[in-house]
Amino acid sequence: MTSEPAHMNPARSFQGLILTLQRYWAEQGCVILQPYDMEMGAGTFHPATTLRALGPKPWRAAYVQPSRRPKDGRYGENPNRLQHYYQFQVILKPNPPNLQELYLGSLEAIGIDTAVHDIRFVEDDWESPTLGAWGLGWECWCDGMEVSQFTYFQQVAGFECAPVAGELTYGLERLAMYLQGVESIYDLNFNGQDGDRKVTYAQVFLQAEQEYSRHNFEVADTEMLFRHFRDAEAACRKYLEAGEPKDGSNDSRHLMALPAYDQCIKASHMFNLLDARGVISVTERQSYILRVRELAKACGAAWLKTEGGGVAA
Amino acid sequence: MPDLLLELFSEEIPARMQRRAAEDLKKLVTDALVERGFLYEGAQAFSTPRRLALTIMGLPVKGQDVREERKGPRVGSPDAAIQGFLKGAGLTSLDQARIESDPKKGEFYVAIIEKPGRATTAVLAEILPQIVKTFPWPKSMRWGAASAEAGSLRWVRPLQSILCTFGPETEDPEIVRFEVDGIVSGDVTYGHRFLAPDAIRVKRFDDYAPALERAKVVLDADRRKDMILHDAKDLAFAQGLELVEDEGLLEEVAGLVEWPVVLMGSFDEAFLGIPPEVIRTTIRANQKCFVLRDPNTGKLANKFLLTSNLIASDGGKTIVGGNERVVRARLSDAKFFWETDQKVKLEDRLEKLKTIVFHEKLGTQYERVERIAALAKELAPVVGADPALAERAARLAKADLVTEMVGEFPELQGLMGRYYATLQGEHPSVAAAVEEHYKPLGPSDRVPTDPVSVAVALADKIDTLVGFWAIDEKPTGSKDPFALRRAALGVIRLLLVGEKRINLRRYVSIALNPYRSASAVPADTSMTGISQREDAFFEDLLSFFADRLKVYLRDQGARHDLIDAVFALEGQDDLLMIVRRVEALGRFLDTEDGANLLAGYRRAANILRIEEKKDGRTYDEAPDLHIVNDHGQIEEKALAVALHGAKDEARNAVAAEDFEGAMRALSRLRQPVDAFFDKVTVNAEDPALRANRLRLLNSLREATRTVADFSRIEG
Repeated sequence: MTSEPAHMNPARSFQGLILTLQRYWAEQGCVILQPYDMEMGAGTFHPATTLRALGPKPWRAAYVQPSRRPKDGRYGENPNRLQHYYQFQVILKPNPPNLQELYLGSLEAIGIDTAVHDIRFVEDDWESPTLGAWGLGWECWCDGMEVSQFTYFQQVAGFECAPVAGELTYGLERLAMYLQGVESIYDLNFNGQDGDRKVTYAQVFLQAEQEYSRHNFEVADTEMLFRHFRDAEAACRKYLEAGEPKDGSNDSRHLMALPAYDQCIKASHMFNLLDARGVISVTERQSYILRVRELAKACGAAWLKTEGGGVAA
Repeated sequence: MPDLLLELFSEEIPARMQRRAAEDLKKLVTDALVERGFLYEGAQAFSTPRRLALTIMGLPVKGQDVREERKGPRVGSPDAAIQGFLKGAGLTSLDQARIESDPKKGEFYVAIIEKPGRATTAVLAEILPQIVKTFPWPKSMRWGAASAEAGSLRWVRPLQSILCTFGPETEDPEIVRFEVDGIVSGDVTYGHRFLAPDAIRVKRFDDYAPALERAKVVLDADRRKDMILHDAKDLAFAQGLELVEDEGLLEEVAGLVEWPVVLMGSFDEAFLGIPPEVIRTTIRANQKCFVLRDPNTGKLANKFLLTSNLIASDGGKTIVGGNERVVRARLSDAKFFWETDQKVKLEDRLEKLKTIVFHEKLGTQYERVERIAALAKELAPVVGADPALAERAARLAKADLVTEMVGEFPELQGLMGRYYATLQGEHPSVAAAVEEHYKPLGPSDRVPTDPVSVAVALADKIDTLVGFWAIDEKPTGSKDPFALRRAALGVIRLLLVGEKRINLRRYVSIALNPYRSASAVPADTSMTGISQREDAFFEDLLSFFADRLKVYLRDQGARHDLIDAVFALEGQDDLLMIVRRVEALGRFLDTEDGANLLAGYRRAANILRIEEKKDGRTYDEAPDLHIVNDHGQIEEKALAVALHGAKDEARNAVAAEDFEGAMRALSRLRQPVDAFFDKVTVNAEDPALRANRLRLLNSLREATRTVADFSRIEG
């Protein structure tokens, strides 16, 4: 770490924080993936977590995932809330027995010294109704601030996880704010440079927050979104159907689990946008969540019939 | 006598589950031991965020030896009988059996079966894995590579190690060896996660607890609580402040640390403009910190106390700084909500209630508010409130549900409404009712006294009860998802504590108006159809109130049978009067006159039941006074006269709500009733005289019914 240039120091550089976490988890044998190329509400939706958590095959991955929460937009005026932010996601299946120690190691790596910081594991049970998933774990506190979510997946897409995967989610902006000692997300130093070369989070994302807040709350074409929801739902079903193993074939594998799951992700995001536009009533809300969950469950079932899901080739 | 030490070491156990788990562990292990005949001198269980520990003192080294004699067949019995005996007694040949003789039976075989008591360690090794595997956690999970297989161990969070030793004080104890899903028991534990994480070898409880203490783990949750409370008070005192004590929070934070270190932080004084309840709720709910107040003014101070789990190398400076940041952010949010909320008047928020569904079949919160407002206006005059104020208060009562603050902290509902109502210049009674209409929330919650609050509180609860009754969502068994029992108890307490009289039936009928078109109360073309169904509806709801009232009065020491006796009369729907009548009846039955009259009543009722059954007819008609006068004995004449007077007097007294007077009137019957039974034979030879005497007894039954149904009285 001593050889690290100052602009890579997580205490002053947002990207330095990301790169440090990536390097740390790479050391633990994780594949370092790039963000999934679709809009999603949380890093958990990435197939590298949702689908890979299912089935018997070992899996270790870490990646940054931009997370879209249309409802959390504040037109760039709130120093703590964004409709687009970064999560750093780690999944280890099965969870190693020392996952808590590995996690604490990652905090040390980004400069959180446990001799002066009060780290706590506070009960927090995680549940995603749209993914039909739940797990037990904690919010990890550093000096009273939640810096990560730590979950042992018990069920995903309605299926028991066997074996159980450990999932870590770091809220990168919030963590960086603490490390850099700034009061507003927009004041974060993105690239760790000084003077003319310094790029702030505001320079990168403020305009986007303003524009997307307008889009999410005021302008997004609801008729189109409803249509896209229905289209994605239909496409998901269609691909699942098309990928089913053929009668009489020796090959019992499903052939289209991943493309089908993309449509499930899409439907979920369409729902989030519609929800932000306030066009889904309370009673309808539940039924939309249920529809996405049905897709997720069907995709999970299909995945379990693929090689990645544990079926021999 | 040897002691047992057991420790189950895991990843962080939720604070709210720790104490119960320690108690469960103690009970499960001691019960299992006692069940197998192992008695002990004492047991103690402990919990920290990372461990459950149990020590059982004074266990025997091994169980009792058991010697059993089993009689067998006679000498010379057929081989099959001999073989069966040998097999059953676990013998291999007859040489191992004794021969005894008996004058009747002759010679027969006897087997002596000796079972040496099992070693306690062996029994523990059998019991403990089973207890670990079936431990009653409220929620449990699987983990790690083992979870690939079905049926793998479940624990609240991953179980990491098990320590289990057994032995006397004077010797080195031995490890009770067992294995649960790959975790092998041993004699090793670990200290504080950051301050002393190394392994610690342990012999017995006497060195276990001190070793942990040295490794910065305070095993006893109550001691951790004491330490936190003591340090918190000291820190507060040093600043001239006073700790706002909070037992629930103390219990929780003691479950979040193994080594408590209390530190003080502060926030900008400008935040003190936010209501103190909001500051306290924010800091408590999100940060699990205590707040402080100035003992002179009682006002909150701009300080808070946090409980960390670390002796930090910088004295806690970083920890305090971090916590202050978070508290600042939280209070900034709260301040923003507080200021934003004030920009919209409560009445202008009502539109938004249209988007909130109260219950699928009972409409939106907006519709509910309309119903409550209409009902509160009707109820106002009878509870002494201004109808206009009651209606206004009801209309504003739920408006705070759509404020930012209540959205963030639902537990502040009502209170925030009161603040905002006061700020926008509402009448003080209206503002108070906005908060108090939720009350009373339970059997010990304060009952509001302002008439406007009472009117709205009653309307809120009656509307809820009538609504859920109308859609047939009544509580069943232990299920009461809409807290209807609490609502009924609330109505009861509002009326009884406030000494308010209402005809429940009338207001239930008014409350039912908005639901008449609802599907659960189907439209009926005939008016009698509607009223009949309404009668049944009301009777059902009233009997629910009666049950709640019984529970309530029983808790206050009243007799439930007397409540039944009064409810059994027609048209009882004024709860306050019912209770008054029950009280008067109770006092009456405690007198000698009352007890004797009850005995006389029972005798009369028994005779009537038997004779009416025998004759296949009733004797409901009034007694013929001519027959009494011309043929009757002096005692039955006296009774007839007394009944005539007492019945009218009791009825008049009841009408005047003078229950004591009614009881007094009845008490005058005691002497003539006793004399009647003493001298008069009911079953006279003359059938006319007999029938008339039965009618006289029926009159007695009728007379008692003016105050209660005596047949419901027990004892």
